[in-house]
Amino acid sequence: MTGVGQDVWNLVADVLAGACLLLGAFLAFSAGVGVLRFGHLLARMHAVTKPQVLGLILLLLGVALRVRSWSAVAMLALVVAFQLLTSPVAAHMVGRAGFRTGKVRPEDLEVDDLTDERAG
Amino acid sequence: MSPSTRRAPWRQWPAVLVLAAIWVLLWGSLSWGTALLGLAVAVAVVWFLPLPRVATSWTIRPWGLCVLVGRFGADLVVASFQVAWLALRPGPGPRGGVVGVRLTHPGTTHQVVTAELASLVPGSVVVELRPHDRTVYLHVLDLALAGGTDGVRRDIRALEARVLRAFPPKKES
Repeated sequence: MTGVGQDVWNLVADVLAGACLLLGAFLAFSAGVGVLRFGHLLARMHAVTKPQVLGLILLLLGVALRVRSWSAVAMLALVVAFQLLTSPVAAHMVGRAGFRTGKVRPEDLEVDDLTDERAG
Repeated sequence: MSPSTRRAPWRQWPAVLVLAAIWVLLWGSLSWGTALLGLAVAVAVVWFLPLPRVATSWTIRPWGLCVLVGRFGADLVVASFQVAWLALRPGPGPRGGVVGVRLTHPGTTHQVVTAELASLVPGSVVVELRPHDRTVYLHVLDLALAGGTDGVRRDIRALEARVLRAFPPKKES
């Protein structure tokens, strides 16, 4: 590969890294807004699991494209794997605890199969 | 935990290898020191924090796994931007609800994988999982967007079908 070709690839990687960082930052920001604006506990858990996880993945992808070292990429992949494994479990635990201790008001829910099933 | 359900530590060598690999990755450099210390830490973890035996009554099918992972990635992108839009748009918040879905397969591993994936996509968070009657209770952020309770049940059953195709259960002998 010639020196000029290398420069072009570096530029492409930098532009992609910038796009990933911006998009990831936007999703992380919207996750924060969601936690603030959504009315109750269970709705907030959605903001914590979905845009937050993809936002982090995009941010780390951007970092990986910029750093370009295999040991850093391996560690970032590890972070993503643990994020995907733990964040649904954490949301589930918080949601379940909230539901069982009566922190979820019935008027916040259109349908509620869980309470119906317990009552009936 | 009764002694019969506790696995012998030396039979857990795959877990030891994975833990040691994670240790080396965390240090960021492969040398004799990190590898040996990683193995020592992994053996200690497996020895002092034993996990209950999980029935491995399933196999892996590569193409099914590709479909599952590919569809999961696409769903994650769609769901993330949906939630981002619901968070940022002006006006009152979305109307959601808790929907119970009965899964078709009795295997605990499949139920856990399905529930874990369902928490990240498609617009749902698991509130309660009841293994004995195979029912998973999900909170859906915007019921209208998900196509009502029937739409949610259809999505989760389709997700479970993809999980079952990726990890088909072995025939009971």
